[in-house]
Amino acid sequence: MKKIKPTKVLLHIVLAAFAVVQIYPLLFLLFFSLKDNNEIYSGNVMGLPKEFHWSNYQNALFNANVGHYLLNSIFVTLIVIVVSDILACMVSYAIARMRVKANHIIKPFFSIGLMIPLHAVLLPVFIMLRNLKMLDTYQAIIIPYIAFALPMAIFFMIGFFQVLPLELEESAFLDGCGIFRTFFTIILPLVKPALATISIFTFLSTWNEMMFAITFINSEKYRTLTVGIMQMVGQYTTDWGTMGAGLVVATLPTVVIYLLFSNQVQSGMVAGAVKG
Amino acid sequence: MQKMLGNKKAYWIFVIPAFVIYLVMAFVPIAMSGYYSTMQWDGIGEKIFIGIDNYLKLIKNEAFLLSARNSLILAIASIIGQLIPALFFALVLARKVKGEKVYRTIYFIPVLLSTVVIGQLFLKIYNPDYGALNALLQSFGFQGQDWLGDKRFVLASSLFPIVWQYIGYHMLILYTGIKSVPADIYEAAQIDGANERQMAFHVTIPLIKSTMKVSLTFAVIGSLKLFDLIWVLTKGGPLHASEVPSTLMYTSIFSRMEYGMGSAMAIFIVLECLFFYFLIEKCFKVENITY
Repeated sequence: MKKIKPTKVLLHIVLAAFAVVQIYPLLFLLFFSLKDNNEIYSGNVMGLPKEFHWSNYQNALFNANVGHYLLNSIFVTLIVIVVSDILACMVSYAIARMRVKANHIIKPFFSIGLMIPLHAVLLPVFIMLRNLKMLDTYQAIIIPYIAFALPMAIFFMIGFFQVLPLELEESAFLDGCGIFRTFFTIILPLVKPALATISIFTFLSTWNEMMFAITFINSEKYRTLTVGIMQMVGQYTTDWGTMGAGLVVATLPTVVIYLLFSNQVQSGMVAGAVKG
Repeated sequence: MQKMLGNKKAYWIFVIPAFVIYLVMAFVPIAMSGYYSTMQWDGIGEKIFIGIDNYLKLIKNEAFLLSARNSLILAIASIIGQLIPALFFALVLARKVKGEKVYRTIYFIPVLLSTVVIGQLFLKIYNPDYGALNALLQSFGFQGQDWLGDKRFVLASSLFPIVWQYIGYHMLILYTGIKSVPADIYEAAQIDGANERQMAFHVTIPLIKSTMKVSLTFAVIGSLKLFDLIWVLTKGGPLHASEVPSTLMYTSIFSRMEYGMGSAMAIFIVLECLFFYFLIEKCFKVENITY
């Protein structure tokens, strides 16, 4: 018989208890998204639903329009990821590999950007968008999101480009490649793992962003999930099930991506922290 | 070679698009915020230059002082409530416990959730009539409370979710830091007869000071910038009891149309973040360790 140390048992109790604390609110959400109000009002708030009311989901997706908000969020997030990835790759390649004097200005320009909070630009960007008649459009959030995804992505990509061997460019140059062909056909394929990391980071911050979204977007047509859910509250406060179903739909994509790529997500989220 | 990597035209083609978009969306607006903060302006009428009057009014404004105090309380709560458990769990998980990966994965889940979702979820947990918290209390024979409506509880109730959400984030930062310490250092300590606790306090913690500083900086600056969760839960109420600077900024601008005053608050938040950033840098000067 293997001896089991009491301290080890205690340790695992603590670890498991904390796991429950971290995961229970999500289960609570999942449970009440399947209940009807009768069940909640008659006292079963915390436990498993007695009956599974899948109609809550139907109601949330179609009557409360969460399906539409979901598509908007996917659309906005995809564009932001693709554009900011491309722009960030170009800039960080230039900063990390090219020998041009302007680097002394361009590099700090984006590093300072890491420190700028969204609050500080909220009103001026709002006024700018209003003057351009661009409030309440997809661009109204897509452009600021791209801008604010850049510093982090550039910061991370520079580190990645710097460690590539210089022979890559040397041999490409000897083969007669120009800088653009070298960049697109030789360098870019090598940085795919780093791109995955920054894409995940951008995905999470764009998907979950709220301050810009609730300020720059109003009409039904352009609402992303965060705005949509904020607007849903008034109408569905007392309808726990539908509200819960909407919240589950908003969360599901993130959780699925996390469960599929948990290692990349974890390294993506701490990438900036550990290096900086 | 130099011809290729020193190609100025190519350089600017790579840099210009991102440079322009970032200049227009971040640097120009910051300057505009600074400019607006010296004006008395309702967003529609004439701007009147009033110098630093907005800032002078700000430091005498009770609601604002309360909001600044609340954000400092949150910063302290985050340091105690996030960093200490995060360090504990990071130390434990990095020492190859059974189920290390499962625990790590679970602990990190709250970090991924949108604040809107967490806020709505906690509105349901705190609901005075049917909420989970009151149901739990009542099952033990205690009385339920109006957690977000009562001035006595609202601050603690609205700060709790944010502290809870990011424990896993700091855990992972510290865990990654601990994992980057080479294993032979532990082996050497073990040969010298150090037990787990001694190793944690005398080997690991001194070696991950720079990671701990990063965690500390994030916890403090994140607290000073907090907006989303308070906005979803209380919008700063009741009677400013759960107000933080960014929610007050938001209502000043978009409900009371005080564009100048709101901008002064925005600039205040930026300066406050910078101040604490440099304060932490200065107080915890650590040399980078290379192995």
